[in-house]
Amino acid sequence: MRLERRVDISMALVVAAPLAAIASALIIAGFLIALAGADPFKAYKLLVVSAFGSRLSITETLVRATPLIFTGLAAAVAFRARIWNIGAEGQLYAGALASAAVGHSAVAMFPAPLAITLVILIGAAAGAILLIGPVFLRIRTGADEVVTTLLLNFITFLFVSMMIEGPLRDPDALGWPQSFAVDSSITLPLLVSRSRLHVGLLLAFVVALAVWFVQARTVFGLQVRAAGLNPEAARFAGISLPRSLLVVAGLSGGLAGLAGTIEVLGVRGYVTTDMSPGWGYSGIIVAMLGGLHPLGVIASAIFVALVFVGSNGMSRALNIPSYIADVIVSVSLLTMLLSLLFTNYRIRR
Amino acid sequence: MMDALGILATASVWAATLRIATPLIFGTLGTLLCERSGVLNLGIEGIMTIGAMVGWLTVYRSGDLWLGLFAAALIGALFGLIHAVFTVSLGLSQHVTGLGITLFASSLAYYTFRLAVPMAASPPTIVPFQPWRVPLLSDIPFLGEAIFVQAAPTYVAIILTVIVGYVLVYTPLGTAIRMTGENPHAVEAQGLNPIRIRIWSVVAGSALMGMGGAFLTIAVFNSFFPTMVQGRGWICTALVVFASWKPWKALLGAILFGLFDAYQLRLQQVVAGAIPSQIFLMIPYVLSIAALVVSTQRARVPQALMQPFRRGEH
Repeated sequence: MRLERRVDISMALVVAAPLAAIASALIIAGFLIALAGADPFKAYKLLVVSAFGSRLSITETLVRATPLIFTGLAAAVAFRARIWNIGAEGQLYAGALASAAVGHSAVAMFPAPLAITLVILIGAAAGAILLIGPVFLRIRTGADEVVTTLLLNFITFLFVSMMIEGPLRDPDALGWPQSFAVDSSITLPLLVSRSRLHVGLLLAFVVALAVWFVQARTVFGLQVRAAGLNPEAARFAGISLPRSLLVVAGLSGGLAGLAGTIEVLGVRGYVTTDMSPGWGYSGIIVAMLGGLHPLGVIASAIFVALVFVGSNGMSRALNIPSYIADVIVSVSLLTMLLSLLFTNYRIRR
Repeated sequence: MMDALGILATASVWAATLRIATPLIFGTLGTLLCERSGVLNLGIEGIMTIGAMVGWLTVYRSGDLWLGLFAAALIGALFGLIHAVFTVSLGLSQHVTGLGITLFASSLAYYTFRLAVPMAASPPTIVPFQPWRVPLLSDIPFLGEAIFVQAAPTYVAIILTVIVGYVLVYTPLGTAIRMTGENPHAVEAQGLNPIRIRIWSVVAGSALMGMGGAFLTIAVFNSFFPTMVQGRGWICTALVVFASWKPWKALLGAILFGLFDAYQLRLQQVVAGAIPSQIFLMIPYVLSIAALVVSTQRARVPQALMQPFRRGEH
C-alpha cells in the first residue's frame, strides 16, 4: 500500500475535506460526551439549538465569529507564505491595549470618523509590530519565529496585565482590574438592535474579501505565493524574499491586532486580561479548516464560533464540562490534516 | 544591593534552582531526543499539561507518587505516538501537527480533569514528593543543602540526562538516532529503518515531556489547575537550540534557567513594590528569546530536522 499524489484535485474534494474532518471530530468528541454520561446525539442537537436556535443566539454566534475571522485570516495569510505566526494571541492583546490606550483621548482631538479610523490603524500597527519583530529576527539570525512568537504571547499578556493594573487602570471600575474605556463616540454601531452584534462583522467580511483580492489578483499576492511554494525559484525570479516576508508579517500581525481592536470597539469598550479565551490559537484552527483561503476562513470561523457558543448552553444543560468545545475544535484540526492528506494523495495497492 | 547579591550565597536559592529546573530538564531532554531524530515536537506544551493532569489524578486516586510519574510518562508516550504517526508515518506538517497535539492534549486534560474532579471552591490536593536527603552527601556543609536535598524525581531527571546523553553519543543506537536526524537515506542504506527510529525517538521523548509536566503537580505544587504549564514547553524548545542539541548543554541550560528564575523570585521580595511583579514574570520568556537569538546561528541544527522521510524520495 502506498500513497500516490493526485494530479488534479476536484472542487468537490476541496469542500469535502473540512466537512469530513469536522464529522470525524464530532464522532471522537461524542465518545467523550458519552463518557460524561450524556447522550451525544442529544448533546449535538442542543449545541446547534444553543448556537442557532434563537435570534439572540444567532447574533451571539456571529459576535463570537468576528474576532475569529480576523485571527483566522492572520494565520492563513502567514501560513501561506510559510511564516509560522503562532503569536496571534499576543498580537490581539497588543491591538486591544493600543486602541484602548488611545481610544479614550483620541476623540478630543479629532472628529469621530477620523478618530475611529485612527484607533483601528493604531491597533493594527501594534499587532503588526509584534510579528515584524520576530520575522525580522528570523531573517537576520535564523531564530525560529514559532518559538519567538509563542514566547511573545506570554510577554505581551504580562505587559497588558501590568498596564491595566498601572497607568491604564480605570480607577472607577470595581472588581478585577480593567483599562480605561474608549470614548462612547468611537464605539462601533450595532448591526442588529437589542443584540451585541456590531458592524465589526461586516468589516471582517470586507477585510476577508480584500485579502482574497490581494492574494488572487495582485502581483504582490502572486509573489508571496511563489515565495511560499518555492523560495529558491522565487529568488531566482527576482522576488525579494526578506521584503515580501516582512510585508506579510505586517499584514498578518495587523489582522490579529484588528481582532483585539474590533472586540474593544465593538463589544467590550475596555481591556481585561480574560478578554480572549484563546482566539489567537483558535485562529490557527480556523485557518486550517478554511483551507488557508480567506473565504473559507469566514465559513470556518462561523463553525468554530458555533461550537463555542453552542457548547456553552449544551454543557450547562447536560452538566458536562464546557471544555468539550476546545476538544471538538482541536480534534478537528488534527482530522483536517488527515483529510488534506487524502485530498492530495490517493491510496494505491 | 548587598541583599541582591547575598541571595546567591544562600543554599535555598540553589535548592530552588534545581526544583525549578527539573521540569525543564525533562522537557528539554525529551525535545532533544525528538529533534535529534529529525522530528520537531511542538506538542510539548500540551503533553506537559496532560502529563501534569494524569500524574496528579493517578496520585489523587491511588496515593502512589511513583505510579503517578509512570502514568504521566505513559500518557506522554501515547500522545508522542499520535504525533509520530502523523508526522513520521504520514509525513504531515510537523508544525501544524505539533500545535494540534498541544491544543488537543491540553483541552482533553482540562475536560477529563473536570469530569473526574467536580468544581469546588478550593481544588483538591495530594501529598506531593517531599525533599529527600541523600545519605551522607546531604551532610556536606552548604553543598548538601543546596544540591542533595531534592524531591526524588529531580535525581531521576539528572540520571536520565546522563543515560540519554551516553546512549546518544556512545552507543550504536544513539548513532542511528543522530544519523536519522542528519540523513535518513544514509540510515536506510545501512539497512536500518529510519521511520521506526523516528517513531520510537518521538515516543520516548514525549514520555519524558509527560514526566516533566507531572513534576509540577506532584512535586512542586500539590494540585492541578488549567494553564499551569505556563509556556514551559516552549521554553524547552528554545533551550534545545541554546544547547546546540547537546544533552549535557541542555542540562546546563535548564539549570542556568532555573537559577535565573530562583534568583528573580527572591529579588522580587527584596525590591517588593518598587517594580511591578509582571516585569519579573516576563524575565524567563525574554531570556528564552534572547538565548534563541544569540545561539541560533552558531548552533548545529540536525540537518534533516523537519524533513519528512519517504522511501525512495530524495
